[in-house]
Parts: sequence; structure tokens; C-alpha cells
Amino acid sequence: MNTAAFLFIAILTLAGALAAAVLPRLIHAALCLVGAFLGLAGFYFLLGAEFVGLVQVFVYVGAVAVLIVFTILLTRREREKDHASDWGGAVVALAVFVGLLWAIFQTPALAVAAPGIEPLTVRAIGEVLMTDYVWPLQCVGVVLTAALIGALVLVMEEKR
Amino acid sequence: MTPTLQLFLLVSAALFCIGLLAALSRRHAIFILIGIELMLAAANLNFVAFWRFDPQPQAPTGVMVAIFAIAIAAAEAAVGLALVIAVYRHYRTTNVDQLDQLKG
Repeated sequence: MNTAAFLFIAILTLAGALAAAVLPRLIHAALCLVGAFLGLAGFYFLLGAEFVGLVQVFVYVGAVAVLIVFTILLTRREREKDHASDWGGAVVALAVFVGLLWAIFQTPALAVAAPGIEPLTVRAIGEVLMTDYVWPLQCVGVVLTAALIGALVLVMEEKR
Repeated sequence: MTPTLQLFLLVSAALFCIGLLAALSRRHAIFILIGIELMLAAANLNFVAFWRFDPQPQAPTGVMVAIFAIAIAAAEAAVGLALVIAVYRHYRTTNVDQLDQLKG
């Protein structure tokens, strides 16, 4: 695994996420979120899970980001700026981060390099999906259908 | 030197806390959804990293969990954004501080 690539992707992802979290304008935050999602897809490619990286690009960059932008356009107001004003949230987030850091550095078993593994092919993923994970797959299909119908019902115009 | 599992967990922890910051400190409903998406993505990164650094090559459990989590996150985003639109139609605002009708 390439350290330079790791550093580049990490900086891209974290900078995009931080910009999405603190920028006052919603549309800028949504575009920075796309950068963070692309960085995450880069992480998946770096880790050898190319299929997850592609799914990440298709689902998040292709669908979720577009959905967020459409929602922003549909709910636009003249006063659309929103500054992060609450210091309590920052304190809680920092405390959680320090706790996670402590947990990560307390565990010596985590300081391992990546072992050499066989590349995970899409064929292998498809075989596992159709054998071991066939019931979860069906359940996800039902959940997605129910969620999309539910979203449609929620945004339908109310009859007067 | 190659990146260790620790480094991936560090990035994931930072990403999770940025998402938490967005979800807790913003007042706009869409920002809160963005924060939740970031936290879910951080969890996904952990799943894939733990799968990759597993010493024995095994069934791709972490990858499967990540794929299912992405699918569920997409459903969550669709319903959440539909809720934001429905709330906006009703109250003409997306500021969660002004949605206080259930306050006792």
C-alpha cells in the first residue's frame, strides 16, 4: 500500500468532510461532501475493495449527492446561511475523538501492516451474495422498495 | 513504511467526529443528514479496513457488510430528505430549532 496515496486521500477526505460540516452555505457544503465521498471511494480502492469503491461512487456521488442538491433547491429560503454556532457540539465531538484516539493507541494489535491477500473479484462477491448472503440481499431489496415508496408518499401533495 | 490499520482507524475516527460535529452543532436539517451520512461512511471504512487487515484470507464478510450498509444508507437518505421536504411544506422552515410544536 502506498503511503503517499494514503496521505493524499486522507487529506482530501478529511478536508472535504470538515468543509461540509462547517461551511455556512448549504450548496457549498454539499459539493464538499462529494469530495469527501470520492476520497472514501479512493480509500476502498486502496484497500483492495474495488467493488465497494465503485458502489460508493455510484450510490453516494451519483444518487445521494444529487438528492441532497435537489432538496436544497426545493427548500431554498432567502436566509439560507447557517453558521455552526453551538460550541457544545464541538466539545462533544472533540471528547469522542479523544476517547477513540485513546482506544486506538491502547490496542497494540492494531499496529499491523496489511497482509498479502488474493484480490477480491466481482465474481467472488457475486457468488457469496447468491449463496451465503441471499436472505440479507432479499431483505435489502424489500427495505429499499419500502423506503422509496415511503419517500414518495411523504413528498406527495396533500389533498385539500 | 506502509499504512497500518491504526492509520485507517485514525482517519475513520476523525471522519466520525466531523460527522458528529455537523449533526450536533448545525441547525439546518439537511446539515444534520449530511453529518449522519459522514458517520455511516466512517463506519463503512472501518468494516473494509478490518477485512483487509485480517491475517487469514477468508470470506469477504467486511466487504459484504459495507455493501449492505451503503444500500441501507441510501434508503435512509431518501426517506430523510423526503421528510425534510414534507416538514418544509408544512412549516416553511428547515431550522430544527423552530420545529418545537411537541415541546411540553
